Amino acid sequence: MNAPLSPADLEPQPGLRVRLRDARLGDRGVIVDVQAEADGLDHGVDADELQRRLLEFGFVEGARIEVIHEGGIGHDPIAVKLDDMRIALRRRDAGDVMIQLDAA
Amino acid sequence: MTAALASPVPLTPARIALVGNPNCGKTALFNALTGARQKVANYAGVTVERKEGTLTTASGRRVQILDLPGTYSLRARSPDEAVTRDAVLGRLAGESPPDVVVCVADATNLRLVLRLILELKAVGRPLVLALNMYDIALRQGLKIDLEGLSKEIGAPIVTTVATRRRGIEELIAKVEAVLADLPPAPVSAWQELDAAQTKAAHRRAQGLMRAYVRPPEHPDTLTGRIDSVLLHPIWGMGLLLALLFVMFQAVFTGAAPAMDLIDQGFGQLAAMVSASPPEGLLRGLVADGVIAGVGSVLVFLPQILILFLFIIMLEDSGYMARAAFLMDKIMGGAGLHGRAFIPLLSSFACAIPGIMSTRVIDNRRDRLTTILIAPLMTCSARIPVYTLIIGAVVPQKTLWGFISLQGLVMFGLYAAGIFSALGVSYVMRRVFWRGVSEPFMMELPTYKAPDPVNVLRSLWMRGKIFVQRAGRVILPLMIVVWFLSTFPSAPVGASGPGINYSFAGMIGHALAPIFAPIGFNWQMTVALIPGMAAREVAVAALGTVYAVGGSAATSLAATLHQSWSLASGLAFLAWYVFAPQCVATLAVVRRETNSWRWPIIMFAYMLALAYGAAFIVYQTAVALGAG
Ligand SMILES: Nc1nc2c(ncn2[C@@H]2O[C@H](COP(=O)(O)OP(=O)(O)OP(=O)(O)O)[C@@H](O)[C@H]2O)c(=O)[nH]1
Ligand SMILES: [Mg+2]
Repeated sequence: MNAPLSPADLEPQPGLRVRLRDARLGDRGVIVDVQAEADGLDHGVDADELQRRLLEFGFVEGARIEVIHEGGIGHDPIAVKLDDMRIALRRRDAGDVMIQLDAA
Repeated sequence: MTAALASPVPLTPARIALVGNPNCGKTALFNALTGARQKVANYAGVTVERKEGTLTTASGRRVQILDLPGTYSLRARSPDEAVTRDAVLGRLAGESPPDVVVCVADATNLRLVLRLILELKAVGRPLVLALNMYDIALRQGLKIDLEGLSKEIGAPIVTTVATRRRGIEELIAKVEAVLADLPPAPVSAWQELDAAQTKAAHRRAQGLMRAYVRPPEHPDTLTGRIDSVLLHPIWGMGLLLALLFVMFQAVFTGAAPAMDLIDQGFGQLAAMVSASPPEGLLRGLVADGVIAGVGSVLVFLPQILILFLFIIMLEDSGYMARAAFLMDKIMGGAGLHGRAFIPLLSSFACAIPGIMSTRVIDNRRDRLTTILIAPLMTCSARIPVYTLIIGAVVPQKTLWGFISLQGLVMFGLYAAGIFSALGVSYVMRRVFWRGVSEPFMMELPTYKAPDPVNVLRSLWMRGKIFVQRAGRVILPLMIVVWFLSTFPSAPVGASGPGINYSFAGMIGHALAPIFAPIGFNWQMTVALIPGMAAREVAVAALGTVYAVGGSAATSLAATLHQSWSLASGLAFLAWYVFAPQCVATLAVVRRETNSWRWPIIMFAYMLALAYGAAFIVYQTAVALGAG
């Protein structure tokens, strides 16, 4: 039942690592880590809860992600393409998602 | 199958629950299975309650089907997700877990649902997987190894197209086969997953995807292309505003011909009744109470239908989530949760479904804020009030050749509702409930062409509700209003219309001092009282009061035009932007919050705003010479 994931998928690739919070429109890559880090911002829930919500929405290691839209005011919120789904979220809640950007 | 046929038909119906991610077509499937007409729309969070239905299989077995709110995991966070969790785990009082769980999946979007399936397996109930939206999967050239996947997850798989009722028979057959040899009562091994376990489950789901699903040959690119316009930081916002503007203009101008027709119809009917003997009380009741009262509300049916046509099309196309995206920054600035948008937009139709759909909001304070401001959105019951008064006091002019002044005022009233909602929320979040809203993540669904059958059916339902309300609520109330404004009749030798001496006249005159500062005459005051039942009843009441008062010959708008000043008319409009007068809404707030506290607070703050706004508008208008 456990189809193994080839280790190559998680191998760091050449390219930049950014937090989704700081990603720019058009950035694309692979999620390499989803953390539960207290970043000093008030999210209304604690870091663990935020991490679990991100995970349940499919922000997991290995998922392909691309920033496809952003709002007009302060570039917020953002919409990302996450594998086959499109998801909207606020930048302030996206600090825990680490992305390895594709090599340009 | 054979076992099911051989054994006698069991007396208690088997119980099936439909579980799956939001927006995968559970309700569409539920409707196809049971013949129900529950609401289906293209955004996450349409269903917020459990709904039951039954079907009888070919072999005569009765099966009870449960439609549930969508969820990404059984670890429920919001009230709607808790409903799903409790139903699946059989935690509700007096309820056992379902015999079979039918997991509904959007075939074009399988990754998250595969993870949910792994979680559902831990519950220990037999599972059947319905791969819905299979038409879209086929169109995209998506290849799924059904047999392999079915073996791997240990559940039969059926492909379905819920909206076209395809695959329904097979699904029933598969469910029956599973029912035929049910395993003994389950021991649920389900536990909340922590982050590490969730990650592990995702890896397994990812593995299943790799092994059994080949990426589509023609992936959907249309959604991306449409979004690059509709979600454009500048154009997107402009288009949203333009859309709302067109909607309100259409509501105002597009319905006019049909409304005139209905109006004339009722006019002729009233004339016929008035001309027919015998003169007397019964004739008065029919002409003044029923026709002038109920008729004055039914006239608005075309407008209601146009408004709902727009709303249904928006809901069914997938635009709602985009509008929420565009508005998020503004909503966030007012302290609202991102998921508040859709409940608020539904409140344009009626605050009641709007308030119910706040169940998708996890945090209690976020949810209460949304509930408290939902009635400020202009519900469709206000349309008759707005249209009547605007038609009576605002001149019929066209600005710049294409914008009707009356339509513009209507737009302004909607805008006033929206901005005051944002303002009230802002004050609540700054003064009473400090702190930020919870994280907000929302799926942007793939665009779909609205299904004409679904659109027409929803429209029909809406029209029916409106007409039924006229019959069940407005008609009896109008009989009461007619009675109160007819009795007691004027004393012999009295001067002036008899209504002045009636109960209604007495009540109106007694309350007049309270409403004088906001420019309401006693007829307006009287209309406010039955208006408590539903806002549009105020229109019916004005119709009856003025008809009894002797002006049945002209249309209600014409009568109001003669007897109301512009200032009074505008004050009445301002009152109705806030008017807390809808008992049903207050009752729903009581039910959803489980206390009388919130409906009382809502009533008090809206009443204060209504009085304040009407006061300011009236006094300003009088000062400007419109008294
Ligand atoms: N093309 C196609 N569209 C479908 C199918 N099933 C459902 N839809 C559409 O998908 C959208 C969502 O359907 P719903 O039945 O409301 O989904 P749901 O799972 O009940 O959603 P929630 O109650 O929000 O969890 C609607 O626009 C439906 O018309 C299908 O088999 N094929
Ligand atoms: Mg549903």
